[in-house]
Amino acid sequence: MATWQHEREARDTRLQAGSAVAKGKIVEACDATRLLEAIVRPGDRVCLEGDNQKQADLLSAALLAVDPAKVNNLHMVQSGVVLPEHLDIFERGVAKRLDYAYSGPQSARIAKMLFGGKIELGAVHTYLELFARYFIDLTPNVALIAAVSADRQGNLYTGPNTEDTPTVVEATAFKDGIVVAQVNQIVDTVPRVDIPGDRVHFIVEADKPFFVEPLFTRDPAAITEGQILTAMLAIKGIYAPYGVQRLNHGIGFSTAAIELLLPTYGEKLGLKGKVASRFALNPHPALIPAIESGWVKQIHSFGSEVGMDDYIRARADIYFTGADGSLRSNRAFCQTAGLYACDMFIGSTLQIDLQGNSSTVTTSRIAGFGGAPNMGADARGRRHPSEPWLKAGQEADPDGHALLRRGRKLVVQIGETFGEKNVPLFVEKLDALELADRLKLDLAPVMIYGDDVTHIVTEEGIANLLLCRSSDEREQAIRGIAGYTDVGRGRDARQVQCLRERGVIRRPEDLGIDPLDADRGMLAARSIKDLVHWSGGLYAPPSKFRNW
Amino acid sequence: MEDLSLRHDTPQPAAGTRKMAIVGVVASGNLEVLVERVLPDRECAVDIRTAAEGFGEVWNAVVADFVGRYSPGGLKFSINDGGARPDTVSLRLAQAVRSMEGGQ
Repeated sequence: MATWQHEREARDTRLQAGSAVAKGKIVEACDATRLLEAIVRPGDRVCLEGDNQKQADLLSAALLAVDPAKVNNLHMVQSGVVLPEHLDIFERGVAKRLDYAYSGPQSARIAKMLFGGKIELGAVHTYLELFARYFIDLTPNVALIAAVSADRQGNLYTGPNTEDTPTVVEATAFKDGIVVAQVNQIVDTVPRVDIPGDRVHFIVEADKPFFVEPLFTRDPAAITEGQILTAMLAIKGIYAPYGVQRLNHGIGFSTAAIELLLPTYGEKLGLKGKVASRFALNPHPALIPAIESGWVKQIHSFGSEVGMDDYIRARADIYFTGADGSLRSNRAFCQTAGLYACDMFIGSTLQIDLQGNSSTVTTSRIAGFGGAPNMGADARGRRHPSEPWLKAGQEADPDGHALLRRGRKLVVQIGETFGEKNVPLFVEKLDALELADRLKLDLAPVMIYGDDVTHIVTEEGIANLLLCRSSDEREQAIRGIAGYTDVGRGRDARQVQCLRERGVIRRPEDLGIDPLDADRGMLAARSIKDLVHWSGGLYAPPSKFRNW
Repeated sequence: MEDLSLRHDTPQPAAGTRKMAIVGVVASGNLEVLVERVLPDRECAVDIRTAAEGFGEVWNAVVADFVGRYSPGGLKFSINDGGARPDTVSLRLAQAVRSMEGGQ
């Protein structure tokens, strides 16, 4: 007779095996490896919660310590490959295949291991794409997650860094998978329930709090005059004319400069209340002066940021907070918000080619994408109008029927023509193509496709790609703001002049900006300490950013 | 180290009467520019001592654009370069011209 309960029966068998090392749902930290040997089967799909920030570090170490004869050939499906242990498990043969989204700090090692054949790569995803696949063809058999506290029934409090947890648990627990949570503390009552206890099967109390990386803190002291100039160009040449209210910022120094110029330069331009009031954004410390000056109405966050907890609690009108008062973040919802409800993404990249394709992959580093591709993509499913979206659509297709014409999201790449170590931002050919050849990938890892990019901003000016009518014009518009890079010096000066006359290229002087005014004195905060002052002492920067 | 010496004619003399100024700092990725009003009104000279070799073509392009934009006639620039990016060089040269605009 046919049975339709195979997965449930298999889960119950695993749960029973796991219960042998647990008291109720609670497992001692020293038994974590035994627990994993009991519940994980060779070839399982495992999500080892590696988010952008929060890391299930105890469970990573426990998984690394399993006997590879018992647990092997795992298929890891996790958004962030961040800790060394995330790759060590491949060296030991515990894991074999990988589907992921972001690998910041491990980008060099992951490249080496892919070339060495140590990792079988599924694909490098965008966040929403990987989350979507959790529900279709990459559903985890086991999820190893991290939370701040748990009660004995398994109810979890994730704290401000909720991040990916609800999505991972949803996909695992409701498809007969097993959820194991490491928590900093087991308590009688959790401050708020972020994950209901009936979705959590085992709890391990860690001896130290899970690792969180302060990824979104940019020290204003390190912002250069060049970055201030690009920020001024963006504010006056893009934020102002399009009236961009709803947006997402990348995490580079140019966007930090924009955040710090809103209360000074933006105020001088009379833009307060007219731009930059609603964000899909992590709690960037650099945005504190703009918040305190009354620019910002609302922020929804992917995750939190180290040191911002008390400030967020005290500014509940701005952030999403729980009944306990602390931030509630959610990566899947915030990515969706960035994709559908924001009119602009502005961020940096490492390489831009002649058609505007951009990539953060170089031949020796595979950093993955993180959030940029979902933020930096036109949402084909969008149907609600807004002023910037309609204006951008009109620029792209001036002859189309106004009522049938799609709007366009503003996707802005901002950066200086030369990056760190004088490496040019503009290239004839992306390193991602060479990588794809060497690894025999079906697709080169492109972060933002050129046809989604609407503007590129450098210290030399703004290229508005919406106004380009051919790929040749597009190329010259990009060359025309590429400065003294080889790409920039390869421009057709006459054609670039013509594009400038049409407003496709706008130089600082075309916008009434004197590059000599790009002075650090314009930043609302010039140091981390200034940010602490702006916050009324509520922002508590991590020690690596303190020099007092 | 590499030394470069570039000479240009300019349509206009530089504004101001100040005799000398220094902008920038000698540091990695930065540069120091000494500017002196010592040349005939329609001439400009840029002497470069740079830590990064093999960028003569880029220096030529940066200096030619600078002269075209600011017409710094009468000024002699002496650059001590710590491998600055071209946009930083352009900015420092422009700052040097501005700092000469005042009186003595």
